[in-house]
Amino acid sequence: MKVAVVVFPGSNCDRDMYHVLTDVFNVDAQYFWHEKPLPKNIDAVILPGGFSYGDRLRAGVIAAHSPIIKDVKKIAKKGIPILGVCNGFQILVESGLLPGVLLKNESLNFMCEWTNLIVENNKTPFTNQFKLQQKIPIPIANGEGRYYVDDDTLKQLKKKNQIVFRYDQVVNGSSNRIAGVCNDDGNVVGMMPHPERAVESAINPIDNKPSSLIFESLLSKMGVSN
Amino acid sequence: MSLEPQELSELKSKIGRDPTPTELQIVAAEWSEHCSYKSSKRHLKMLPMKGPLVITEKGYDSGVLDVGDGYVVTAHIESHNHPSAVEPYGGAATGVGGVIRDILSAGTRPIAIFDGLRFGDIEKDQQARWLFKNAVTGIADYGNCLGIPTIGGEVEFDQCYENYALVDVAAVGFGKKENLIKNHAKKGDVVVLMGGSTGRDGIGGSQFASDSLESEDRSAVQIPDPFIEKLIIEAILEARNANLIHAMKDLGGGGLSCAISETADALEIGIEMDVDKVLTRESDMHPDEIMVSESQERMLIVTSKTKFKKLQDICKKFRIGCSVIGNVKSDNQMHVKKGKKTFANLPTNVVANATLLDLPSKEPSYLKTIQKEKKLKKISDYSKIMMKLLSSPNIASKIWVYGQYDHEVGIRTVVKPGRDASVLRLDNGKFLSVKIDGNPKQCYINPREGAIGCFEEACRNVVCTGAKPIGMLDHLQFGNPKDPEIFWTFLESLRGLTDFAKDFEIPCVGGKVSLYNETPKGPIKPTPLIGVIGLIDKQPQIPQKISDDDCLIILGETKDELGGSEYYEYIHKFIGGNCPIVDFSESKKNMKSVLEIIPKKLLKSVHDCSKGGLAIAISELSLNNQIGCSVDLDKVPGKKLDVDRILFSESHSRYLLAFDKKNLVKIEKILKKNKTSFSIIGKFGGEKIQFVMGKNSIIDLRVDKAQKTWLNSLRDLVLHG
Repeated sequence: MKVAVVVFPGSNCDRDMYHVLTDVFNVDAQYFWHEKPLPKNIDAVILPGGFSYGDRLRAGVIAAHSPIIKDVKKIAKKGIPILGVCNGFQILVESGLLPGVLLKNESLNFMCEWTNLIVENNKTPFTNQFKLQQKIPIPIANGEGRYYVDDDTLKQLKKKNQIVFRYDQVVNGSSNRIAGVCNDDGNVVGMMPHPERAVESAINPIDNKPSSLIFESLLSKMGVSN
Repeated sequence: MSLEPQELSELKSKIGRDPTPTELQIVAAEWSEHCSYKSSKRHLKMLPMKGPLVITEKGYDSGVLDVGDGYVVTAHIESHNHPSAVEPYGGAATGVGGVIRDILSAGTRPIAIFDGLRFGDIEKDQQARWLFKNAVTGIADYGNCLGIPTIGGEVEFDQCYENYALVDVAAVGFGKKENLIKNHAKKGDVVVLMGGSTGRDGIGGSQFASDSLESEDRSAVQIPDPFIEKLIIEAILEARNANLIHAMKDLGGGGLSCAISETADALEIGIEMDVDKVLTRESDMHPDEIMVSESQERMLIVTSKTKFKKLQDICKKFRIGCSVIGNVKSDNQMHVKKGKKTFANLPTNVVANATLLDLPSKEPSYLKTIQKEKKLKKISDYSKIMMKLLSSPNIASKIWVYGQYDHEVGIRTVVKPGRDASVLRLDNGKFLSVKIDGNPKQCYINPREGAIGCFEEACRNVVCTGAKPIGMLDHLQFGNPKDPEIFWTFLESLRGLTDFAKDFEIPCVGGKVSLYNETPKGPIKPTPLIGVIGLIDKQPQIPQKISDDDCLIILGETKDELGGSEYYEYIHKFIGGNCPIVDFSESKKNMKSVLEIIPKKLLKSVHDCSKGGLAIAISELSLNNQIGCSVDLDKVPGKKLDVDRILFSESHSRYLLAFDKKNLVKIEKILKKNKTSFSIIGKFGGEKIQFVMGKNSIIDLRVDKAQKTWLNSLRDLVLHG
């Protein structure tokens, strides 16, 4: 299995994601600079966190026009699993691959803290190993992390089971406490919290097993046992 | 903002002619206090700078420590006080940027940022609140964007910083020893300027920082661009891996003038450069402006002509500027041209080495009376006093600050901020613990003992994580050095630090001196800030949840030392009294005991006693663990003292150990063997923080109520005044 870790100018969680994929889960991961085409045989694509283009204009909006996003869109149509974390989620939203927008946190501050997620959809390639309503202790670190959709879209998201993760309590004022969503087909998932910061017991003060299931779900989807 | 008359005549006699206007600008920047350390340099030599782990190379801006297995840690500290006092957001942000580039210059990846912030009384002073809020946002926006975690620091408020700000930033880097840049250059090499363009910001910044802050010279403040800095970091590390860098220096104070002259002087070469080759933000910049602009996010690199092509390709990938601005010569001259016309041609050793001063010093007259104790009014309700202290800006939780900093990125942060010191995991299985500490209140009362206290406190904090101190950074911040009384406080602090460093065999690996820190109402209190780097070979002390019936031991004696304490100054508005004094042998004994117990995995939590004394330290353990405690003050080791002193005295060398009572015998055995002064003073459990003395209840507080106050009061103060 080959997983692409896309690197934009200003990405800063690319190395952390790469470390987790290769050293913790023994996945064949490869960096892809945003100007490099994605090969056809890629099995999954991860857009890591960071500050692509320094969050100029709006987080993720410039990176959404990077050459590689054209390939990501093509791959998305084929049903290949795509995960956007934090800035990666913002890029997926800005490129139209996921619904909604990400606004400044209600506090108007950057927030770095540990939160609890609740799994609302366990059918995606990144959540198939979870039980519904399972809790995941996981850190967030963002300034523009407040997911917002209008009421009609929220209804649609609920109906189509596109809400993947919610916070167990109000964190940043996001609509319906949403922390992560997927596209209509369920293969493209975006989430604000950072799973790559939570899968190793050395740096997770609470419990590293739930977050690990995000990566184990992908392995399971690909038919790889870890 | 130019050369003093005697400096001008000295320059003339050294070069044997009148300097050109450009030469004057270059020399004024380089001979400024900020760049030349002319007042302090001859005294700084007293600090021990060598040690078994210290690696020295010419031209390094950061200290390098060997942490084994082929890895090194680099560390440096800087401040950006003058700029932050005028424009706190940009000043603080560019302060981060500058120290990060120093770490990068050695060829190591920056892995952590620490910040020490000091402002006026934010309870009364709206401007102090504004400065504080914007400095924090500046650091957050810069560090977060770079993806370098800000994992520690301290915040303090004191009236002496009214209308002013101290913004200190320390950074730590990590890399392979074989990848360190060994600065060298030979004739024919090219001198490259890479990164951002050169603009009109920060013109004369180093002279601005070498003078008392009288005018708000905004053009002297640099403009931050963390995105470019991030690209520079990645481009340079890529170039380093491809072995494309012969020598490297960041552009900081003094801009090109400083970088060119210091590089040439350190490497004993000459550099000929053409200002027309510098990428400028505006087309009509004069050579003088180009030479002294302190535009940020720029690096000077020396490489060969063939390697330059590859370096250019890397810069193209990241879309950052990269141009050859000069050539290496063998004549030891700094030759600045615009096209064919010469604007400056100076011997580099003249530019890079200002004549050092030997300033007079005299003991300040205030010190003769300030150490007298004063009879204070009797306290009827200590619980109320405790609540007041827990809500005071200097003691309240700083979660509002570090919650805005990404402290997890890089996935190294094993012990998170909010404890004694944060801990990072390193690639060789070891751990690094770093803390910075200052205490201007105590340094004011006793400059020598206060400075030693800061050093010991930073050591205590890393020792609490199980780390052995292996290096220190000192940042000496004082007022105008030409005032002999101020210069005396500088020398006293420095002598104290030197004595401690020598006795404890902790080498100074980096430092900075910041003088002329004057507010409209006078000089700041002496504010040395000490950073201590600690190394843990195996497992760090990770705080575990304290539960019912766990025991509490205190190590070290509590003394009659309320001088400069939060209790005296915040509760009684009294400045003076007995400054805490570190007893070197007691300090060593206690450090040794803690470091011996931690690896045996007998402890749940270790915490030191500092601001607010024993009462606050024990409360912090309770509040962090949401559990009550009961403490008997009669059992506190030391000579018999009154309640005020037992509770709030800020005596050094004291540690609190919380542990499961089943481990008591083993712990006592080690402490007795080491002849440490200690006592079991209480246990945890229940929902209240309770202190008794004999049969009298002294403090009785609900944990939930105290916790709410402690966690929220700083945020409430910033947001709602």
